[in-house]
Amino acid sequence: MEVLKIATAGSVDDGKSTLIGRLLYDTKSLTDDKLEAIERTSKQKGYDYLDFSLATDGLVAEREQGITIDVAHIYFSTATKSYIIADTPGHVEYTRNMVTGASTSQAAIILIDARKGVIEQTNRHFFINNLLRIKDVIVAINKMDLVDFSEDAYNDIKADFEELMGKRDYQDQKITFIPVSALKGDNVVNRSQNMDWYKGQTLLEHLEELDLQDIYNVGTPRFPVQYVIRPKTEEFHDFRGFAGKVYGGELSVGDEVVVLPSMTRSKIKAIYFYDTEYQTAPRRSSVTITLEDEVNVSRGDMLVKVGDLPIIDKQLTATVSWMDSNQLTIGGKYVLQHGVNKALAKVDAIEHKIRPDYSGIEGNVSSLNMNDIAKVRLRLNKPIFYDRFKEHRTNGSFIIIDSRTNHTAGVGFIE
Amino acid sequence: MNTLAEEIKDTLTISVTDRPNANALEHEAIYVLREVAAQFERPVLLFSGGKDSITLVRLAQKAFWPAKIPFPLMHIDTGHNFPETIEFRDKLVEELGVELIVRNVQDSIDQGKVVEETGKYASRNMLQTTTLLDAIEEFKFDACIGGARRDEEKARAKERIFSVRDDFGQWDEKNQRPELFDMLNGQIEMGQNVRVFPISNWTELDVWSYIQKENIEIPSIYFAHKRNTFLRDGLIWSAEDGVVFRAEDEKVEERIVRFRTVGDMSCTAAVESHADTIDKVVSEIRDSKISERGARIDDKRSEAAMEKRKQQGYF
Repeated sequence: MEVLKIATAGSVDDGKSTLIGRLLYDTKSLTDDKLEAIERTSKQKGYDYLDFSLATDGLVAEREQGITIDVAHIYFSTATKSYIIADTPGHVEYTRNMVTGASTSQAAIILIDARKGVIEQTNRHFFINNLLRIKDVIVAINKMDLVDFSEDAYNDIKADFEELMGKRDYQDQKITFIPVSALKGDNVVNRSQNMDWYKGQTLLEHLEELDLQDIYNVGTPRFPVQYVIRPKTEEFHDFRGFAGKVYGGELSVGDEVVVLPSMTRSKIKAIYFYDTEYQTAPRRSSVTITLEDEVNVSRGDMLVKVGDLPIIDKQLTATVSWMDSNQLTIGGKYVLQHGVNKALAKVDAIEHKIRPDYSGIEGNVSSLNMNDIAKVRLRLNKPIFYDRFKEHRTNGSFIIIDSRTNHTAGVGFIE
Repeated sequence: MNTLAEEIKDTLTISVTDRPNANALEHEAIYVLREVAAQFERPVLLFSGGKDSITLVRLAQKAFWPAKIPFPLMHIDTGHNFPETIEFRDKLVEELGVELIVRNVQDSIDQGKVVEETGKYASRNMLQTTTLLDAIEEFKFDACIGGARRDEEKARAKERIFSVRDDFGQWDEKNQRPELFDMLNGQIEMGQNVRVFPISNWTELDVWSYIQKENIEIPSIYFAHKRNTFLRDGLIWSAEDGVVFRAEDEKVEERIVRFRTVGDMSCTAAVESHADTIDKVVSEIRDSKISERGARIDDKRSEAAMEKRKQQGYF
């Protein structure tokens, strides 16, 4: 079964939880006991409709305040696909959660309240999804029932949104507009009876047809070594297997490879998945590779194809999304985790930061606060092997760990 | 410098015979297990004998083959386990040749660290937490791998794959580390430990389908069988083994039942079912109208039952 991960961002007011609830309800994914619990609690609270946010807001504080604080994961499936929705809060103080949700998603839904149109929050969601190069973005214009299902209202919002699109960095992003009413169920799973003027697909129809082959940007194969398998048994006395996940492209037996950072060359001897040998390891498969020659390989090293070298450097510039309550400061020292590799990093400069309302950039910045997004120059204690984020999603990103707290303090997308 | 290579289906549902034909969830879980082995000094796999931990064991076998699983299994035994589960556990451990650690809730009770609950809904489920935390301290485990899934319960939906616990085993749900892309940050201080959930993104149906596809052996109580039972609060309880408190007016009847989860006997109700093969179980789950934990009385204590237990160090 295919798995599609989708990020949604928005506040309760946008009807995001209602939309997710509607998806679950109309695909018959809510079990009786969960539905009963929602009915019971909605009634207790005196609502005259079902409050689906009760199904998704899992923490006590969230239910008390009626807001989503953290990323929640919601699961449902149809006959053709399994879906995982990473549901994140939409306010500016939750930018980091949005970035987190988007980082593991292959598609995103941006919700717009038809009465309010494009607002700052819309701008933020779009900016983040574009920054993270989510290939497929669905703009769901919700609460169409409250604007009399008006085509003009829909077109106005669409035009406003298209203006944002002109400013985006990642121009190949595919954007689809769908007018919906999550509360009434129009164009979510079932076709609307109220909007004959809309000839496109419903939200679910669109998701069902998303071609997963097109979702990720693809680069060349990168194989970061996670773990060296040495059984030390009689049967496998000389076995030295390099365990890891293949990113970006596939690797096959016989491929000539270079081991980084030692630059030693060898050939792929065998590819194992469990106890079976395979000719080819496809993208995102967790395999074990053995090499023809006895070369020294350890965790954090990387196998790449000869002629397909990544950038090997101790310096890099990246767009950083800061996620910690302790500020990032110029001169600050951190641990940089790039895939499964680690290095020490020092902040050389903050070139500029994005204004919180996304109206542009501002220079002369000496520190970053939580939820700031900025272009930062880093210097490392040793070279790492990276690609630019726009060419390689996995090998072009890293996290920043504050070694005083061990927190994941930020994420970077390499320029 | 880089050329754009031809894209391959991300989900790995590839039918070409020269590639591993597997699902994305399996490869993700194997990646996580390898990160645990690489990032921690003393990891342990928490093994309850239930289907989720059995699935974890299979994934660990795959992750490290041809080497043995590089960490021990640990069972926190409430003393209220289904006997079938214990038999199954011992057989599996022998086959794998891995170390099994067992720590008993009964010992925690005998040492006066916890007090047995009494009354109609008495359960040892909560008491497990103390025994678990003591064992973590005893063996200085820095990572405990568990089979919890985000679809089980809404507080679990917020759980990270690497979830940091403090010296008291507590979960600080409002201050969790963000997890970006595939990168897992396992850096901790002395005394802290990480709970690791490699099958976070699996659903109940995913687990059952995997057991079916891999032909994994599971304890017999997951399949329909005859059992002496009684009804309470609309749920079916086992009247065998004398673990579940039964009032005199609660009548014992033989029913054909199976268990959807295998927790502590005192809080795990059965469901009426004729699914006596894995194929029938999978189709039953597919059509099910009741969620998996619908038969877990421990979750019904309150809307926030799971969140509270997790804050205190429960899995």
